[in-house]
Amino acid sequence: MQRTTLDVWVGLFVVGGLAALLVLALKVGNLSALGMSHTYTVYADFGNIGGLKVRAPVKSAGVVVGRVSDIAFDNKTFEARVALNLDARYHFPVDSSADILTSGLLGEQYVGLEPGASNRVLAAGSTIRLTQSAVILENLIGQFLFNKAQGGSGASGGAGQ
Amino acid sequence: MIDWFLDTFGSVGQRVLQSVRRLGYAARFFLLTLAKSGTSFARFGLVVKEIYAAGVLSLVIILVSGLFVGMVLGFQGYNTLARYGSESALGVLVALSLVRELGPVVSALLFAGRAGSAMTAEIGLMKATEQLVAMDMMAVDPVARVVAPRLWGGILSMPLLSAMFSAVGVFGGYLVGVVLIGVDEGSFWSQMQAAVDFREDIVNGVIKSVVFGVAVTAIAVFEGYDAPPTAEGVSRATTRTVVTSSLVILGLDFIMTAFMFRG
Amino acid sequence: MSPLVELTDVAFAYGERPVLSGINMAIPRGKVVAIMGGSGSGKTTLLRLIGGQLRPQAGQVKVADRVVSELRSGDLYRFRRRLGMLLQFGALFTDLSVFDNVAFPLREHTRLPESLIRDLVLMKLHAVGLRGARQLMPAELSGGMARRVALARAVALDPMLILYDEPFTGLDPISLAVIGNLIRRLNDALGATSIVVTHDVHESLAIVDDIYFVSEGRVVAHGTAAQMSDSALPFVRQFVHGEMDGPVPFQYAAPPYGEDLRLGRP
Repeated sequence: MQRTTLDVWVGLFVVGGLAALLVLALKVGNLSALGMSHTYTVYADFGNIGGLKVRAPVKSAGVVVGRVSDIAFDNKTFEARVALNLDARYHFPVDSSADILTSGLLGEQYVGLEPGASNRVLAAGSTIRLTQSAVILENLIGQFLFNKAQGGSGASGGAGQ
Repeated sequence: MIDWFLDTFGSVGQRVLQSVRRLGYAARFFLLTLAKSGTSFARFGLVVKEIYAAGVLSLVIILVSGLFVGMVLGFQGYNTLARYGSESALGVLVALSLVRELGPVVSALLFAGRAGSAMTAEIGLMKATEQLVAMDMMAVDPVARVVAPRLWGGILSMPLLSAMFSAVGVFGGYLVGVVLIGVDEGSFWSQMQAAVDFREDIVNGVIKSVVFGVAVTAIAVFEGYDAPPTAEGVSRATTRTVVTSSLVILGLDFIMTAFMFRG
Repeated sequence: MSPLVELTDVAFAYGERPVLSGINMAIPRGKVVAIMGGSGSGKTTLLRLIGGQLRPQAGQVKVADRVVSELRSGDLYRFRRRLGMLLQFGALFTDLSVFDNVAFPLREHTRLPESLIRDLVLMKLHAVGLRGARQLMPAELSGGMARRVALARAVALDPMLILYDEPFTGLDPISLAVIGNLIRRLNDALGATSIVVTHDVHESLAIVDDIYFVSEGRVVAHGTAAQMSDSALPFVRQFVHGEMDGPVPFQYAAPPYGEDLRLGRP
């Protein structure tokens, strides 16, 4: 094989490989969808984060505006301290509230940001004061059963007397 | 009876010792090859030739297999997801399976069979026909001139091949899922893009394929260089390359997956 | 003038198995010297010791007044650039054409322009009579032609010492004579020194100056070609005239024949 033809083939091969990587990054992956290069971090403390995971989306009005970047346990407040990486294009009032929500009945959990009314916006490094913990399904069911049992026994007791 | 036991355990021990010694020798040979890689980069033409042999010549099998694996994923994934009414997640299933696992692993297995075995046979035959000795006697280091360029050619080819495998596979899944079955195109792509993370999934997949590339070519060149200089020795070494590298690929894949996708 | 290659009390063993013991040789400059002996007598090992592929366990191998076994890898490679070696079956690079095979050492070791390399290669190929075969691949060559190409490659860098490992094995009579003549002519034209390891008596007697006979790891006889062909030493006689039985026994070591066949037993 001639040297030059060989070089051409190898050149095409390398270009093809890099193009495939690019396709994977842009078309398949979310590199273009969320230009996470410019972000700022805010914090939120939750009493219970349920099944929230790092890299879970942060949504406001259903739009993904950032991602959960870190979850830690605070030894002083005994609460979960969640770091949110928000897209630098979006700003939220300081009195916004952060809720841990579930997509669908059994879907993955995400952080919902409910904008407040203040004129001042959340700065990088600040902490969101208003939070609502995750709804724990087991607790919910437990509570439901407890209520039901109380109501039920009351009723049957009444019937017995 | 006791003799039989002693014999059996003795020979098992022997074999274990032998394998450990060989592993040590292989590791030393790998480091030696890395140390002698200067020539490969000073004369990059040598590596280009090996990229042609390892990469370009493996292209057909990689692309065809990628397409078919993607199409099969399209059918199977649709079948399973349709039961739960979440066909729109087909793109996620196809893309994640390919990018995280099947792309790197299957392309590495194919690469071991196509390019790794050829590398072993080539180096083994060069040894058997005394070409390596001749080179050494001409004051040309065979490790620097023959082994190192092949190692680098393989290492550079593998991630490119596996990226092409995954890309073609996603296209195959698209063909079956969207074009043939009629899953909604918008949700196919958008769910895929929402779920596939660049750093977490794609970069990790590329890291896997680089590791596999190093493992397969290192095994292939070592087996070739270490092959007994006979026809039978070379053929056995070729078989060993394919078997060993397949097992190593799967083992490494398990370890890396455990580290990368624990969360 | 000191001899080009000098071996003093060289001993070598593969593991436990001794191959050479107490070898002394002196190979003068400009000569073609044959080392002869039966298969497995350690001839090829000798050649490897001279080329620096193996190190002797005792004694020393000196080439051009330098001890080969003491050369570090860089020096060893510098030394080997002045060494030509023809391996048993030529060992041509099967992925390169005849031209590229001969050009290989030139391209690896010199920075000559391609036009000059072309001229040099064609000169070497002309010397072995294969200038017209430059486009062929090694697989397309006959055994004799491959050996000649390998010879052209071995002398590409005009070596001071050329080593031949069984250059006559498996050749037809015509190729045999051609290779024999080339060994002599190239040696004289280049002003080199040649060592030919072989068991081909008749071809060697015609072209070499001196002969060493090696048997069981020792030099058993040494002299000029003429002296050797008339030698009365039993081993040399057996070897030169191809006698079946002699110091090298026809029978492999075995218990007495009669005993083996259980004669004289009930």
